[in-house]
Amino acid sequence: MLNFLRGAMLAVEPMNFVANLKYMGLGMLGIFIVMGVIIGVTLLTNTIFSRGDEEEEDN
Amino acid sequence: MAILYENLLNITWQMVVMWIIGGVLIYLAIAKDMEPSLLLPIGFGTILVNLPMTGAVEPLGQLFDAGIATELFPLILFIGIGAMCDFSPLLSNPKLMLFGAAAQFGIFFTLCLASVFFDLRDAASIAIIGAADGPTSIVVAMKLGSKYLGPIMVAAYSYMSLVPIIQPPVIKLLTTKKERMIRMEYVERKVSRKTRILFPIIITAIAGLIAPASVALVGFLMFGNLIRECGVLNSLSETAQKVLANLITIFLGITIAMRMQADEFLSYQTLLIIGLGLIAFIFDTAGGVLFAKFMNLFLKPGKKINPMIGAAGISAFPMSGRVIHKMALKEDKENFILMQAMGVNASGQIASVIAGGLILSFFSNLIVGG
Repeated sequence: MLNFLRGAMLAVEPMNFVANLKYMGLGMLGIFIVMGVIIGVTLLTNTIFSRGDEEEEDN
Repeated sequence: MAILYENLLNITWQMVVMWIIGGVLIYLAIAKDMEPSLLLPIGFGTILVNLPMTGAVEPLGQLFDAGIATELFPLILFIGIGAMCDFSPLLSNPKLMLFGAAAQFGIFFTLCLASVFFDLRDAASIAIIGAADGPTSIVVAMKLGSKYLGPIMVAAYSYMSLVPIIQPPVIKLLTTKKERMIRMEYVERKVSRKTRILFPIIITAIAGLIAPASVALVGFLMFGNLIRECGVLNSLSETAQKVLANLITIFLGITIAMRMQADEFLSYQTLLIIGLGLIAFIFDTAGGVLFAKFMNLFLKPGKKINPMIGAAGISAFPMSGRVIHKMALKEDKENFILMQAMGVNASGQIASVIAGGLILSFFSNLIVGG
């Protein structure tokens, strides 16, 4: 049990948390950009094809 | 006579512990109905590969090499998942996708936290447990060559089934009763068939252009969805949703057990991974809820968002959406936010896959064979 805990303690590198915060920032920024683009394109598609549907219904 | 008992002498205490773990997984699958389609095969497979001198390792190893090392099983399973997904609530209100993005916070937070204990290859693979998406976890862990596929899969599937237990306390901690009682008007906007057909194609193209590492995951998911929405492949859609998904699930579960051998699984790292997986789920939930609260700062009274729907932005579909709906009904019997929660939940499916792709992009230099 002692070896088990000692093994766990030896592997800890607290400064890695700070060093890798950049991935948190980049990751969240990246995902909002991709989802933002998808939202924009979906809104555009909805607008274009809802008009098309209305015209089809009118005809 | 000796031949009958000599193998008993090969039993080690580690094997016995793994039988107990296998038994617990089978119990949770059958008695508690926790992701039975995966935890039961994983549990049985755990017992199978931890018998002394077991002859199961070789055939399971071949299945592992053919289906998981090549990432074929998770990708094919994604076709089935895509065919099951109805993105209509999302398409009628695309802004809900923002919550899907916010609820991936747990993945990136856990990446930082896991890097304290593991190298980046394993930290990134562990973080993706927060995607609440088994196939994405497998693909990321395999591509990055993580040593901990077994514990990662057990944590991912266990927590996915524990969403009704994990999410409510986190949501309650971060919201007031008044916020949980916010009613949201649902205006049903008709989504044209053309939009529903174009959506999977557009998503694949966007993901491919912006986050190319995610294109296999997104592409297979969206291919399944296109089969569903095109309207001319109903029998294929049905096959993908039922037969194909079931068949792959059977092999996936028992094959993952290959990585549940005592010498690989019984370590303090497994406990850490299980703890970090829980943190990923908690911070995903918190990310979604806090983002909704942040948006409410800018919204007029009457247009405010019930912050609970932010928590549905994880990939555990449709469980998370249902949990949020039930919580809203518990606070106010006439508050129906099911459609909004389901829309956010569907966006979590897409966002989690893109998050997996982003992780792969960040660590492309670590990809095995890449």
